[in-house]
Amino acid sequence: MCISPSTYIAAFLFLCFMGLMYLISLYDISLTPSQQSPTEKFLSVFWVPVLFMVPLLTMRSLAEERRMGTLATLMTTPVTAWQIVFSKFLASYFFYSLLWVSTLLFPVVTQMYLPSVSADARLFDVHQMFSGYVFIFVSGAMYVAIGIFSSSLTRTTLVAGMLSFGMLFMSIVGAGLLASLPVTEGSGMEWILRPADYIQTFRHLEDFSSALFDTRPFFLYFSTAILLLALTTLVTEAKSA
Amino acid sequence: MDSDIPNSVIVRRLTKRYGSITALNNVSFRIGKGEVVGFLGPNGAGKSTTMKILSGLMPATSGSAEICGVSVASMPDEARKHIGFMPENNPLPEDLRVKEYLKFRAKIKDVPGAEIKRRVDEAMEICELKRKAAYSIIGNLSKGFRQRVGIADAILSRPEVVIMDEPTIGLDPHQILAIRKLINSLRGKMSVIISSHILPEIELVCDRVIIINQGAIVASGSPDSLRKDFIPYSKYKVSLKAGRADFEKIALYLGRGIEIESGVPESDGYFTYILRAPENSGLGATIVGELSKDARLALREVSEQKPSLEEIFMVATRRSWEESRTSKKPDREEDEI
Repeated sequence: MCISPSTYIAAFLFLCFMGLMYLISLYDISLTPSQQSPTEKFLSVFWVPVLFMVPLLTMRSLAEERRMGTLATLMTTPVTAWQIVFSKFLASYFFYSLLWVSTLLFPVVTQMYLPSVSADARLFDVHQMFSGYVFIFVSGAMYVAIGIFSSSLTRTTLVAGMLSFGMLFMSIVGAGLLASLPVTEGSGMEWILRPADYIQTFRHLEDFSSALFDTRPFFLYFSTAILLLALTTLVTEAKSA
Repeated sequence: MDSDIPNSVIVRRLTKRYGSITALNNVSFRIGKGEVVGFLGPNGAGKSTTMKILSGLMPATSGSAEICGVSVASMPDEARKHIGFMPENNPLPEDLRVKEYLKFRAKIKDVPGAEIKRRVDEAMEICELKRKAAYSIIGNLSKGFRQRVGIADAILSRPEVVIMDEPTIGLDPHQILAIRKLINSLRGKMSVIISSHILPEIELVCDRVIIINQGAIVASGSPDSLRKDFIPYSKYKVSLKAGRADFEKIALYLGRGIEIESGVPESDGYFTYILRAPENSGLGATIVGELSKDARLALREVSEQKPSLEEIFMVATRRSWEESRTSKKPDREEDEI
């Protein structure tokens, strides 16, 4: 993954976009009085780079191996399909986390070049930064697993990328749309509201940003990631020959 | 195959079905330790399917395959430790350097950490990669060097069984010679299974040949034993000064059912004939003896023409097609009734 150009393109686009978002957050806060920290504000748009970065990072992982035939040579070694899938996941997840960790430098850069802002305690609000980034890493496990799963379904990297984008979009935005459905009492659809509320990404982000650590999102993201990786293993085993 | 040699590969009644299509039908064979075996067959005969089942890439519908006594179906991970597999088209990662790739492969093949460097150097040395291509990016290598990287990977963990699907495809004669030398160097150390369409290549390299057609083995044995089984006649090339009409009389005199198959006049007044005898061999001395009696014939050459593996292959596959057609005939007749 580290020698693939798409990785660096994804990293470059991600850092450019997040740098811009951070700048806009600073600008917004300087214009209107707000309790929000710049980190909290800029993490609220985490889903935009995720929608583009995760497909770019993961689309080649298994699709390219299958297209080239190198997956078959891997499968003839003593490694199992689960080990292959999990290594692909770990590599992508590590890079995903590394990119997000690099955004921690934004406040440092701000302090260095904008000394007037550095006096504001909100610039280094450790609690909010910690909880916000915990959400990013926990939810990231599921998003990267979605990307790896999409990549196992096809030989074409472009199709894998589009599948990944679609699934990510559904998982991030879809639950919010479901929860906002105008369900009236007695319509027989009330049951949908509770699970839709449970899987709402933005609700989780809100909770984490206010330093509210609920175990349910942890369970949701990690269990879904494991389920997707297990499915990816089955698909890889079935399609490797 | 010598029955005293322990078997590295034992395949029993292997069957693979894809829906209604039977790709392999009750295929059984054994491969001895250190033996080099050629796997031949027309496209779609089941060669690659057999190789994929042996390397654990694909499960069989029924039957069993054992690599060094380990069942491929029940202990695939353990069986893979004894195999080095080079698939058809030899897929390799384009962006890695040869040495990096081989080191990575050694790691995932459970080569002990302290051994990795030595094994990689050894494999590169055997495949003549060390001096010329160790630090080259695989994507920039020629086809011949890529094949060598594939073979180096297959022998890296010193497996007991090396399976190579079309190792010489697309190579120039120099590269083929190098690969042949390489395979010869593995003889006795590892059991090698090679699938190829280049039949003279197989004949030169392999101790034994297995011909597969329509999912079943139609011939198995050394090239010489197959010649005896499938080509029940021998051919001799004779060069002498005698026209066709005269030589027909001479051939009749020679007896033993010898017939003239073809005759070509040469520019120097000589004629070259191909004679066909209904016996396997051993008539060379008789022909020389009889023809050299007459000095006018100015006998220049008598040589036995060994049937090529290509001819054996054609006869064996044609026979299996004819057999399958005859075995299907009664069904059709029943249908008609």
